[in-house]
Amino acid sequence: MYLQGNQACVLGALKAGCRFYAGYPITPSSEIMEEMAKTLPKYPCPAEGGACPDSVGNGVFVQMEDEIGSLAAVIGAVWAGAKAMTATSGPGLALMLENIGYAVMTETPCVIVNVQRAGPSTGQATKPASGDVMSVRWGAPGDYEIIAFSPWSVQEMYEFTIKAFNLAETYRVPVFLLADEAVGHLKETVELKEDIPVIPRAGKSETPPFSNAANNLPSPMPMFGQGRKLSVTGSTHDEWGYRRTQAPEAHAVLINRFCDKIRKNAEKIVEWETYESEDAEILVVAYGFTARSALRAVRLAREKGIKAGLLRLKTLWPFPEKIFQEMTPSVKKIIVPEMNQGQLIREIQSALGGLIRCEVIPYHKTNGQVITPDEILALLTTKSTKNTKDYE
Amino acid sequence: MLKNLDKYIRPESFPTPFCTGCGHGILMGAILRAIDELELDIDRMVFVSGIGCAAWIPSPHFAADTIHTTHGRPVAFATGIKLFNPKLKVVVVSGDGDLSAIGGNHLIHAARRNINLTIICANNNIYGMTGGQLAPTTPIGARTSTTPAGSSEPPFDLCKLVLGASSSDNAYVARTTVWHTRELIKYLKKAFSVPGFSFLEVISPCYTHFGRRNKYASPAEMILDLKDSAVRTKKQEDLFTFKEKNKILIGEFSG
Repeated sequence: MYLQGNQACVLGALKAGCRFYAGYPITPSSEIMEEMAKTLPKYPCPAEGGACPDSVGNGVFVQMEDEIGSLAAVIGAVWAGAKAMTATSGPGLALMLENIGYAVMTETPCVIVNVQRAGPSTGQATKPASGDVMSVRWGAPGDYEIIAFSPWSVQEMYEFTIKAFNLAETYRVPVFLLADEAVGHLKETVELKEDIPVIPRAGKSETPPFSNAANNLPSPMPMFGQGRKLSVTGSTHDEWGYRRTQAPEAHAVLINRFCDKIRKNAEKIVEWETYESEDAEILVVAYGFTARSALRAVRLAREKGIKAGLLRLKTLWPFPEKIFQEMTPSVKKIIVPEMNQGQLIREIQSALGGLIRCEVIPYHKTNGQVITPDEILALLTTKSTKNTKDYE
Repeated sequence: MLKNLDKYIRPESFPTPFCTGCGHGILMGAILRAIDELELDIDRMVFVSGIGCAAWIPSPHFAADTIHTTHGRPVAFATGIKLFNPKLKVVVVSGDGDLSAIGGNHLIHAARRNINLTIICANNNIYGMTGGQLAPTTPIGARTSTTPAGSSEPPFDLCKLVLGASSSDNAYVARTTVWHTRELIKYLKKAFSVPGFSFLEVISPCYTHFGRRNKYASPAEMILDLKDSAVRTKKQEDLFTFKEKNKILIGEFSG
C-alpha cells in the first residue's frame, strides 16, 4: 500500500489492538487523529484477546479539550480495559508531561506518538526536528525509565507502533513513537505485515497489581469493573496501591522497580542495525529521518573509498550503551548528525566513557530542514579535526 | 436509621485523615448511604478523584475501584473510563479547587458533552490540603493564606458555571450542604440515577484553614452557619437573580 507515515501508524495501532484514542489537534500529527476518528468507531473490539469484557461494541474515539485531558482520558480508558493511544507534537507533549509521570507511577500501558516539529514553543509547526529526544526521556519530574522508538520509514511507522503497544503491555510503561514531521508526512510503499505478533491485554489475575511477577516484569495489567477493588494512585504506594507517602522504603522500592524493569530488560528492548560497519573507520550514528540521509552519505563515501559505516538506532530509550562499549576497534571517528543542538550525542559520549581513541563529531541542524546526504558526506570526506559543526 | 456501611469501606483506611470539623466525613457517609439505599453494586462503580482533601473521600476509603488522579484531571480520566466501558457507573468526587480552578476546562467540557458521569464537588471555599490558599470559590473579603487582607476576587458560582456549560436541559445540577444530610442523600441518589450528566455541589466546611482565619469560634459554629445561611429554592431562575450576601442558595436547579 502507498501510505503516509501518520496513516501507517494508525493501521499499526489497530493491528496491535488499539481501541481507544483521545487526542487534540496539532500539526504535524493531526492525520493520526483524523484517521482514528474515521476508523475506530467502525472497528470492532475483539471478542477475545483481553479487551474489556463489557465492551461489546466498537472502538472509541474522542477529541478532548486539550492534550492534558487527552492523555488523562487514554489512561482512564486503559484502566477500563482498553489498549489506547494518543498522538501529538512538541507543545502537546509539554502539556502531557504530568500525566506521563502518572502513567509511569501507575504502570499504565499506553502509546504516545510524538511527531516532532521544530521548537521550542510553537516554533515551526510544519517543519521537522528531533528536538524532543530528551523531553520524552526526562520531561516528567522524578526518576523513571520509558521506551522510545525512532522510525525512519513509513514501514516502521506501522511496525514500531505495533511493537510500541507490545512493549507497553509487557513493561506497563508509556511507550513513545518518536517520529518527526518528515517521516510522519512521508508517503511511500508499506507492506502491512499480518504476521507481527501482538501481545494481548492480560486476563484477570489475583497478583498484587503493583508488583513484579518475575524477571523484573510487572504483574499483569488489571482492569476496573471486575470486583478487584483496585486502588490506583499517583502517590507513592505499596503493591496493592495503598498510599505510602511517608515510608522511605515504599518509595525506594517503587522507583527502583520502575527503573529496573526497563534497565534489566534493556537488551530485550533495544533495536538497531548497521550498514557497512564491519571495517568502518568512520561511523555515522543516526536515527529517524536523518538516518536515511546518513545511509546515502555512507554509500557515496564508500564509492570514494572512504571506510564509512552507519549505525542506525531504532530505539533511543533505553539507550543502547552496550553497542558503544563493545564497538569494533577499527572505528576512529563517530559522526552524530541530529536535527537538534546535540541531544543523543551526550548519551553516546557518556557510553564511550574514557574511550579516547574515538573522536565524536556532532552535526547540528535546527533550521526546520532535514539533514541532506551531501551535508553528511562533507563531514565524512573532510580532513578537518574541528570537533564541532553546525549547519550555518 | 443506623446502617452498617462496613462492606463499602476499606477497614485499613481508618481513621480518616480529615481534620476536626471537616465536612468531608459527612459527605463520605452520605455517598455510601445513597449507594446502599439504591442497592448499587459498588463493584461496578469507579470512583475518580483528583488532588486535595476531597479527593481522599473515595481514595482510599471506598472498597471499590478507585483512581486518584493528577490535580484537576479527574473528569478527563473519568471521561476515558466511561466512554470505553459505559456499563460502569463512573463517579467523580473532588474539591472546588481541583474541579473549578485547575480542572475547570474539563468540567465545562464534560457538561457540554453531557457525558453520563456523576460529579460530586465538595466545596470548602479554600485550598485545604496545601494550607488554606485562595480558591475560585472563596467569598469576597474572606481571609486565606494568600489573601491575608481578604479576597478581592469575585468567586465562581459552580452550579451557574455548570448550568451555563451544559448542553442538556435534563442535566442534573444541584447544591446542598453537609448540614442538610437527608437532602444530601436524596440529591446524591438523584445524581446517581439520572441518565446523563449530573453535578452536585456540596458545601463542606474547612474549620482548620477557613474557619480559624475567618473568625469562626468552633467547627460546630461553622456547621450551624450552613443551616442559618442556606436559602432553599425550587426555581432555576433564582440561581441567576440571587444576590443575598453571606447566604447560600441550595436546591435542585436542573434535571
